[in-house]
Amino acid sequence: MSTPNEITYAQAVRDAMREEMLRDPDVFLMGEDIGVYRGAFGVTQELYKEFPDRVIDTPISEAGFVGCAIGAAVEGMRPIVEIMFSDFISVCYDMILNQAPKMHFMFGGKVSVPLVIRTASGCGTGAAAQHSQSLEAMLCHIPGLKVIVPSTPYDAKGLLKAAVRDNNPVMFLEQKLLYRTTGAVPEGEYTVPIGKADVKRTGSDCTIVTYGRMVHICLKAAETLAGEGISVEVIDLRTLLPMDKQCIIDSVKKTKHLVIVHEAVKTGGLGGEIAASIAESDAFYYLDGPIRRLAAEDSPVPFSAVLEKGVLPDEEKIIRCIREEVG
Amino acid sequence: MVDKQLARELLEKMMLSRKFEEQVQYYFSLGMIHGTTHLGIGEEATAAGTCLALTKDDDMFATHRGHSAAICKGIDIRRMMAEIFGKSTGVCKGRGGSMHIADKDKGVLGANGIVGPSMALACGAAFAHKRRGEKAVALAFFGDGATNEGIFHESMNLASVWNLPVLFVCTNNLYGMSTHISKVMKDTELEHRAIPYKMKSVTVDGNDAAAVYETVRKAREYALKNSEPVFIVENTYRISGHSKSDGNQYRSKEEIAYWKQLDPIKLFEKYMIDRGFATTKEIEEMDKACTAALEEAVKFAIESPYPKLEDIYEDVYAE
Repeated sequence: MSTPNEITYAQAVRDAMREEMLRDPDVFLMGEDIGVYRGAFGVTQELYKEFPDRVIDTPISEAGFVGCAIGAAVEGMRPIVEIMFSDFISVCYDMILNQAPKMHFMFGGKVSVPLVIRTASGCGTGAAAQHSQSLEAMLCHIPGLKVIVPSTPYDAKGLLKAAVRDNNPVMFLEQKLLYRTTGAVPEGEYTVPIGKADVKRTGSDCTIVTYGRMVHICLKAAETLAGEGISVEVIDLRTLLPMDKQCIIDSVKKTKHLVIVHEAVKTGGLGGEIAASIAESDAFYYLDGPIRRLAAEDSPVPFSAVLEKGVLPDEEKIIRCIREEVG
Repeated sequence: MVDKQLARELLEKMMLSRKFEEQVQYYFSLGMIHGTTHLGIGEEATAAGTCLALTKDDDMFATHRGHSAAICKGIDIRRMMAEIFGKSTGVCKGRGGSMHIADKDKGVLGANGIVGPSMALACGAAFAHKRRGEKAVALAFFGDGATNEGIFHESMNLASVWNLPVLFVCTNNLYGMSTHISKVMKDTELEHRAIPYKMKSVTVDGNDAAAVYETVRKAREYALKNSEPVFIVENTYRISGHSKSDGNQYRSKEEIAYWKQLDPIKLFEKYMIDRGFATTKEIEEMDKACTAALEEAVKFAIESPYPKLEDIYEDVYAE
């Protein structure tokens, strides 16, 4: 590592793919409109010029090309597939649920599926209920998958490179509202380990566990609360499956309060899993208040900007929640 | 051409497949095999003729009715039987069972519990072979019923537009579980389904092992030479029921009796005798040898230990 550069989240993803393609001839990209169109969110940009045979535009045929990528992975290639919006996993769900994550296990460990599926996740673009969901909880219910949600350019690059080198199918949920945000990324080679949470801010009065875009909103809330003398620790899970539960347990033992924040709807969301993990650990005895969850309302993502913003946790709601929790 | 040696191999694989499934059925009825089984008694010529036309490096993706295909592609029947008995010596260590028999070393990339995905997976394996300049094809078995799945059309389109050396092998046994082909598609001439994809196609009598072999051998050569997929329809019939729940309410005794006369093993024995490839006595000896091999496989399976629960996590993730 040398001098850090400020780059966007989208460029971090692109740089990771480029570096991995340069490193390993078995890595290639497949997806809808990732070539001359440059990707629906402009992530792939001009990679098609540098790797004309390895940036492959597909038919609008998610089940077909995800299945094809799995078959290529079984034969030892390392495909990176782009599914334009994470909502579209619905049309290739057999591949994500029954095929890729089961093969290593069902076939007695003899077959592995080194596959990365990148997809744009989250709301805030006014694209309504079929282009805005946060579906990570569904994916975390599938043993055999790994599920990553990076919140910064540094993590996005390092985790994507680690995902490409991993011998398992990895769902890489990019946060579409973060694509244009910037952050420091070192020049030169690094990876971020899968399965390790990152304490983005240390604190002593309350732990927030969050991931993805909500990390930034929680950090702002923590900054405001610091002005009131409330010291908040913010844990960015980064990898949701497997989850770094020890990091949460250690933090809760220190702060004695836990608030979980996510953009996905509350019911059946990962907040429940995190709360349960603390409830069944010895950290439970350290709690000085109830575990609280802040998540999206249990509705489909609405279109109207007022509603779309309104259903989500925001800085104000987080601040209010933590004041109540520690007050 | 099918010579004497190949003919013996075709017959042997069909006999092993049939006897394997008869043993599975027997031990299942005794309650010694857990779960369910999908037998393909009557369809053995499709498995033998198809898989013997492949090489070790070719990949084969099977259906839920995949015992014969796995045996014909070269899986060790002892370890396969142990798998079906749920034993740790099984080819998948007791993790997969009847519906997920696989052995990558033999190019058996899995029977599949879901109807259709084998076709897309085969596209990917063919994609990898083509990209690396390997002289290998990928073959997907699927039934007539699977041609109504979206993934059939997505895979046919992908293989066609990307010129992938995939052999799409439709074993048409006339029924999707209990539902006759005529109730679920207007045009039951399955080969027509290749037309919109401008794909080379061929239909063969799936109960004629020699004809199946020749058809698949030529298709394989064509696929490799031109880097193109081929769609093959193998017309056959499942004499056994769909699975253990099958009460055979959907077809007549007469229909089953008709197809029993076309038993591919009986037909092929006659073929060998007519051509002087084997005498009746030699066929009896082969039959005995296969019976003995199955007895040995069952013994191995029964005597093998069960897997240990404490090892459950060892294959959830690859290292």
